[in-house]
Amino acid sequence: MGRYVIRRLLQMIPVFFGATLLIFLMVNVMGDPVAGLCGDRQCDPATAAQLRTEFGLDKPLWQQYLTYMGNVFTGDFGTAFNGQEVTELMGEAFPVTIRLTLVAIFFEILIGITLGVLTGLKRGRPVDTGALLLTLVVISIPTFVMGLLLQLLLGVEWGVIKPAVSTEAPLNELIIPGLVLASVSLAYVTRLTRTSIAENARSDYVRTAKAKGLPRRRVVSRHLLRNSLIPVVTFIGTDVGALMGGAIVTERIFNIHGVGYQLYQGILRQNTQTVVGFVTVLVIVFLLANLLVDLLYAVLDPRIRYA
Amino acid sequence: MRGVTHARCAVCAVAVALVATACGGGSDSGTSGADGIVKSSWGDPQNPLEPANTNEVQGGKVLDMLFRGLKRYNAKTGAAEDMLAEKIVTPDSVNFTITVKDGWTFSNGEKVTAKSFVDAWNYGANLKNNQKNAYFFGYIDGYAQVHPDKGRPTAQTLSGLKVVNGKTFTVKLSQKFSTFPDTLGYSAFSPLPTAFFNDHDAWLSKPIGNGPYTVSSYTKGATMEMRRWDAYPGPDKAQNGGIDLNVYTDSNTAYTDLTAGNLDLVDDVPASQLKNVQADLGDRYINTSAGIIQTLAFPHYTPAWNTPDAAKVRKGLSMAINRRQITDTIFQKTRTPAKDWTSPVLGADGGFDGTLCGLECEYNPAEAKKLITEGGGIPGGQLKISYNADTGSHKEWVDAVCNNINDALGNDKACVGNPVGTFADFRNQIGQHKMPGPFRAGWQMDYPLIQNFQQPLYYTNASSNDGLYSNPEYDKLVDQANAETDTAKAVDLFKKAEQVLRDDMGAIPLWYQNGSAGYSERLSNVALNPFSLPVYNEIKVS
Repeated sequence: MGRYVIRRLLQMIPVFFGATLLIFLMVNVMGDPVAGLCGDRQCDPATAAQLRTEFGLDKPLWQQYLTYMGNVFTGDFGTAFNGQEVTELMGEAFPVTIRLTLVAIFFEILIGITLGVLTGLKRGRPVDTGALLLTLVVISIPTFVMGLLLQLLLGVEWGVIKPAVSTEAPLNELIIPGLVLASVSLAYVTRLTRTSIAENARSDYVRTAKAKGLPRRRVVSRHLLRNSLIPVVTFIGTDVGALMGGAIVTERIFNIHGVGYQLYQGILRQNTQTVVGFVTVLVIVFLLANLLVDLLYAVLDPRIRYA
Repeated sequence: MRGVTHARCAVCAVAVALVATACGGGSDSGTSGADGIVKSSWGDPQNPLEPANTNEVQGGKVLDMLFRGLKRYNAKTGAAEDMLAEKIVTPDSVNFTITVKDGWTFSNGEKVTAKSFVDAWNYGANLKNNQKNAYFFGYIDGYAQVHPDKGRPTAQTLSGLKVVNGKTFTVKLSQKFSTFPDTLGYSAFSPLPTAFFNDHDAWLSKPIGNGPYTVSSYTKGATMEMRRWDAYPGPDKAQNGGIDLNVYTDSNTAYTDLTAGNLDLVDDVPASQLKNVQADLGDRYINTSAGIIQTLAFPHYTPAWNTPDAAKVRKGLSMAINRRQITDTIFQKTRTPAKDWTSPVLGADGGFDGTLCGLECEYNPAEAKKLITEGGGIPGGQLKISYNADTGSHKEWVDAVCNNINDALGNDKACVGNPVGTFADFRNQIGQHKMPGPFRAGWQMDYPLIQNFQQPLYYTNASSNDGLYSNPEYDKLVDQANAETDTAKAVDLFKKAEQVLRDDMGAIPLWYQNGSAGYSERLSNVALNPFSLPVYNEIKVS
């Protein structure tokens, strides 16, 4: 197990360097960031040159990349154009987005798995068909449509929530945005769980458990669910990274100052330091989430543990 | 078994907490009356908030509340009126003696003196401080030493600035510039307290100024709370308790928040909401002219565009554009068809002239086709109008303009839009003079003077002359205008220069942009000034 974890951690190194290099190249292809700093007028050449020197933009790209990576390992992610440290921006943005992601994951697990178990056990019944239809509807509605609709109905028409989340982004204001963010994944979790449960419900060990006279609740929770959750856990695990990166739309609609907002701002202002810094952290989150999923496998299925 | 119950309880607890807190989200409207707080939308300023480093609206908003300069532009007429200036005298339009009024202080108690201005201007001009508005000090003697085009500065202060005594200083310009005093209302010319120079980082995290408001708290990228400064010595005291600026990620969300009653003031009504704004807000929607003009600039550096025939083509293109239709349908009347190269906010005395462009800015497809054909057709066979696709929904109007041109010429492929991914890249290509054809150009005035709509844009090698337009006749008239001490005569000379520009059709004027804002029922006395900023200190809260 220990060797397995170490091997996985080592594999992360080339992925990390590759991903950051790619982002670095992509952001630099977009042109000279200093050119856009002066509004609709041309920057005065002397100041522009000075700014370029300050941000290290006058050096060749490979040198910029090496310097940047060198700084990253000392915890220095550079400075955004508005004079704020990128680490400072991260300190503000990540807690908010992590909170939002947790709310989304919470809904995925709570609603998704519950609905999945329910429909999986009652396959073909009206509950099952109803839930299937519902998930189909949710999957087919784009996130921004659902977000704007809920914002308009709950925020403006009925006044249940505030349409815009305040700066501190407390948990209670994140419920609806979290639900919107979770919606599509939630539908997938439902369907995955349903299929998996339905498949395992007919397997030998479930029949044995039933034949032993175990109570139905114990059969479902200890025997059926535990085995059926493996694909679901995989999905939710990889979804952690996707949710954090994909929150741009939801965050924009609900005025949440999280990772999505900072990335959007960074891309718009072509702020290399912000974009590369945030994406680097997201890459790490993604890799760690994947690692965690693989480790969870071992917990859920002892056969994988000894392989 | 034990583990299971445990986990289930944790889930229950979280669920209960979520439901419980969900009910706590009530609205907390501030106090009303003279101490009422206005909640206003904001965008994250692009640069650190320093007077000489702020060149966009969002940062300008803060400076407008936080600072008062020598002059201030009248919110209605745009005229430059004395604020901290007691008098500004000049014998020759080159040497100016400026006297600062007594009794003004910064909000930390420090007196505003002649030195506060001189220090601030020296700081703004110095290359080593990276100030993006440094060019405002370019007319002052010694600028080339403090801010050389290449290399290190050879002087730390402008030789043209001298403190005479506590309240007087002198300015020597490097060329005649008769309307120089009227430029001093721009926020780049604001005075700065010694706290700015002593502890720069502390100042940036909580700016100190001499305006009617003080900063009570500032969270970068999120909120800035400004409160009325009760000891403010100026005549334009705040009529409300303060302004809370909240950063919105999207102007649509801000607008939604306004309609839901959580926000008081939105000074940028998003284009997609313009259709509903009358129904939603009624007379709480403001749409007034601002000092912004949109034009199509041409790459005069391309030989094909730099011929007398090309001027004919440009005139033809101008006549092919149905400005009225585009401003009415695409912009829902938040733009006004342009009739000259300035802005209506200048007023007739300031140099605005609704007849200057004349027939050449009127829609006339038949004449347009004739002129373009006479001029030898579009250089290169196809017109590519470049714009940045990331912000400002420019695609819609560029497509409409192209449709107009294609219709006039009876050729589907005569004109196409050429989107550029990001604004930075767009500026980049403009700066490198790589534009394949005309490109969108916008100009927001720095100060309400006809000079500001002409010289920086069309004078040979001027700072914002992106198309490299050049005409010796034009330059001569601008020089004469700047040397003229009589304002009315100076304005006339600028208009003569503008006529030269028209005869060349150096750039096609498209439309004047309005400022638009919406506000809640709690507010009254809301207005936009010529810079399309709300006049914050006059807003009343009921």
